Amino acid sequence: MNWKNLILHHGRQLGTLAGLLLLCLALTIATPYFLTVSNLLTVLEQVSINAIVAVGMTVVIITAGIDLSVGSILAFAGVVMATVLQREVPVPLAIGIGLAVGLGCGLTNGLLITLGRLPPFIATLGMMSIARGGALLFTNGRPVSGFSDGFRALATSQFLFIPMPTVIMLVVYLACHFLLTRTRFGLYAYAMGGNEQATHLSGINVRRHKTLVYGLCGLTSAIAAVILTARLNSAQPIAGMMYELDAIAATVIGGASLMGGQGTLIGTLIGALLMGVLRNGLNLLEVSSFLQQVIIGTVIIVAVLVDMGLKAQKK
Amino acid sequence: MMDAPPLLAMHRIGKSFPGVRALDGVDFDLRAGEVHVLLGENGAGKSTLMKILSGAYRPDEGTIHLAGEPQRIASPQHAQALGISTIYQEFNLVPHLPVSANISLGREPRHAGFLLDRRAMRKKAETALRELEVAIDPDSPISALGVAEQQMVEVAKALSLDARILVMDEPTSALTETEIANLFAIVRRLRDRGVGVVYISHRMEEIFEIGDRVTVLRDGRHVATRELGTVTVRELVRDMADRELTEHFPRETVEPGAPLLEVRGLTTRTKLRDVSFALRRGEILGLAGLLGSGRTELARALFGADPLQDGEVRVHGRPCRFRSPREAIQAGIALLPEDRRQLGLVLPLSIKRNVSLPNTHRVYPRGLLRKTEERRLAEECVTGLRVKTPHIEQATANLSGGNQQKVVLGKWLARQSDIFIFDEPTRGIDIGAKVEIYRLMNRLTREGAGILMISSEMPEVLGMSDRVLVMREGRLVGEFNRANATQEAVLGAALGTTP
Ligand SMILES: Nc1ncnc2c1ncn2[C@@H]1O[C@H](COP(=O)(O)OP(=O)(O)OP(=O)(O)O)[C@@H](O)[C@H]1O
Ligand SMILES: [Mg+2]
Repeated sequence: MNWKNLILHHGRQLGTLAGLLLLCLALTIATPYFLTVSNLLTVLEQVSINAIVAVGMTVVIITAGIDLSVGSILAFAGVVMATVLQREVPVPLAIGIGLAVGLGCGLTNGLLITLGRLPPFIATLGMMSIARGGALLFTNGRPVSGFSDGFRALATSQFLFIPMPTVIMLVVYLACHFLLTRTRFGLYAYAMGGNEQATHLSGINVRRHKTLVYGLCGLTSAIAAVILTARLNSAQPIAGMMYELDAIAATVIGGASLMGGQGTLIGTLIGALLMGVLRNGLNLLEVSSFLQQVIIGTVIIVAVLVDMGLKAQKK
Repeated sequence: MMDAPPLLAMHRIGKSFPGVRALDGVDFDLRAGEVHVLLGENGAGKSTLMKILSGAYRPDEGTIHLAGEPQRIASPQHAQALGISTIYQEFNLVPHLPVSANISLGREPRHAGFLLDRRAMRKKAETALRELEVAIDPDSPISALGVAEQQMVEVAKALSLDARILVMDEPTSALTETEIANLFAIVRRLRDRGVGVVYISHRMEEIFEIGDRVTVLRDGRHVATRELGTVTVRELVRDMADRELTEHFPRETVEPGAPLLEVRGLTTRTKLRDVSFALRRGEILGLAGLLGSGRTELARALFGADPLQDGEVRVHGRPCRFRSPREAIQAGIALLPEDRRQLGLVLPLSIKRNVSLPNTHRVYPRGLLRKTEERRLAEECVTGLRVKTPHIEQATANLSGGNQQKVVLGKWLARQSDIFIFDEPTRGIDIGAKVEIYRLMNRLTREGAGILMISSEMPEVLGMSDRVLVMREGRLVGEFNRANATQEAVLGAALGTTP
């Protein structure tokens, strides 16, 4: 692929990437603590959880849907897995159970939307409360803490000097990128989001594929739960509050459209990195956490405004 | 004789999109009291030129004078304020709002400046629709209407503006004879009142019937402006395509073979009553009827898109009851839907991906993408149907109307079905490409497929069908073979005026 094609087809991602690099450059100048190997690795590690949640969110948003329940599913899957882990169950099995919980919650969302014909906003709003309540009920509101070193290694070990959470994140991105760009499932996700009726009339089982999309979103939330639990050495029933907003932000900064039919995981990854670097930089510069919220909100709005401005220009 | 400047003069208009020079130094003028036809192949730039006039696009270069005054048309509102009313090729209606609200949208009658005057809104809609002589309920939501009815609402909306320039971009492509006759009566009335009308259409008979002058565009350039009284179809085609048009309806009949599709007593809750017919191998079965006669409903019911209440459908002699389009497709049926933007295409996606959609068994064997096959199918569609596009990665939203239609055709042709249901297959397609599509239909029937062709274009129905079925109010009311299918006979059956 030559340069012209690259810009033609990936102009949007390149724009976000340029924003990210500019931000890094600014932070490098502003503080000596930013551009150090250990700080950058920390950012990558911190970003990994939001970035993984954003994978499922991106796929859902491509189908013109939304999932508000990712944070609650993360907490629920986390506490179930943690409780099982403490019963001396083999680690892979416990993780499998945690992932199954996430997948199950996601599929339930999907069925409510496809068979129950609920709008995604409503179905997942309900699930957001149900899964959160489930997590609190399951643990009586108390955190579940203390796991084996073998399990904790998922967050604390390294692979070629790269923190394990980052490695897992990259694997999830590669797998789902492949899913979106090289498989029938991916084509159907874009098609459903772009025009559901036309997709149905093209002979595609829209219900089944849409249900699976929400299942995938639940699954990625549960993967994030595994990492978070291992990192904190504790599963909290109140974990993952507001994660849906960070995931939606990373997705739209990355160029996905809430109208559906558009979006890439490369964009989302850059979007998540941008949010993570921004947070990290603001912390390094000792900006108050109150002001940080204002700044992050502003960045989200400006990013989308710039994007829409670019699109309108083409007219 | 005339010293007064023309109503409209567009001079050296240029407009580019990424990878496409849509307009290149085009001149166009319009006099008061004339119907000026704009003609050209699909993608020649007709709609783009008119979108510049109506403020939807900004030109890259060129000037516009209205009655001698230079104007910079900044937005659609501005164009309306200048007295330019436009019927776009693609509808601009709000699906969930009622017809009356759509007709008044942007110019709502109000009480005390801010309260909506719904009664006046309704009245306005009623008057406009009555003038067009169409039976559409002003309270029904747009989403409940078919394409033809929506088209009439667009016309009513444009007429209610009382403009001095009226732009009509393919207003008749979805209409049947009766509505077209009403529409033309109104256009003539407006013309006699001194309104300037720009008229775009690919239907040659119409152009000669309604037009005074014609301007031909080719590849974004102005080719010629002529008086319609003195020009021939042959000359116009040469202007448009720079090649000779041979035969208009090249139907080669094939000896019909075994029945492919047999329908007996088909009835649905909504519309169809006791429909029975058979389609055989090698046959083109034309389906004629008026707006709302149930032709599209029949197509959808056969395709499993709408449920059947009663009746029997046999495919290859085997009884079938499809619960979804998916099952119908697997049984070898393809449906080309009438509304390309709502039902035919996923507009944000590329040509390539749209073509892949019903063909995933070939493009994604075992679920994984085969890029070469994907590219091959898309290239076949683009070259075979001469889709005008810079590349197959182009989003279908960026194609001209006729080229979108070609992609819908291409996506189903690649499927290699043996029963094709075509609902208005050549809607908005230019005359050269039409002949090519007719040849394609010949090839399909030669290879043993059967085609059920719904069309509102009478010459097409008569020219291409081996048999013609006529529907009225959800029933089949007539059947004609090639020899006795005449315009009068078919129309009479459709209207219910013949016994
Ligand atoms: N928004 C857009 N982005 C990119 N290309 C466009 C866009 N709109 C139009 N084009 C291109 O400009 C050219 C002219 O298109 P236009 O819609 O004016 O054709 P047209 O003469 O109206 O054709 P038709 O008879 O099919 O309606 C086409 O090649 C089309 O692909
Ligand atoms: Mg056009």
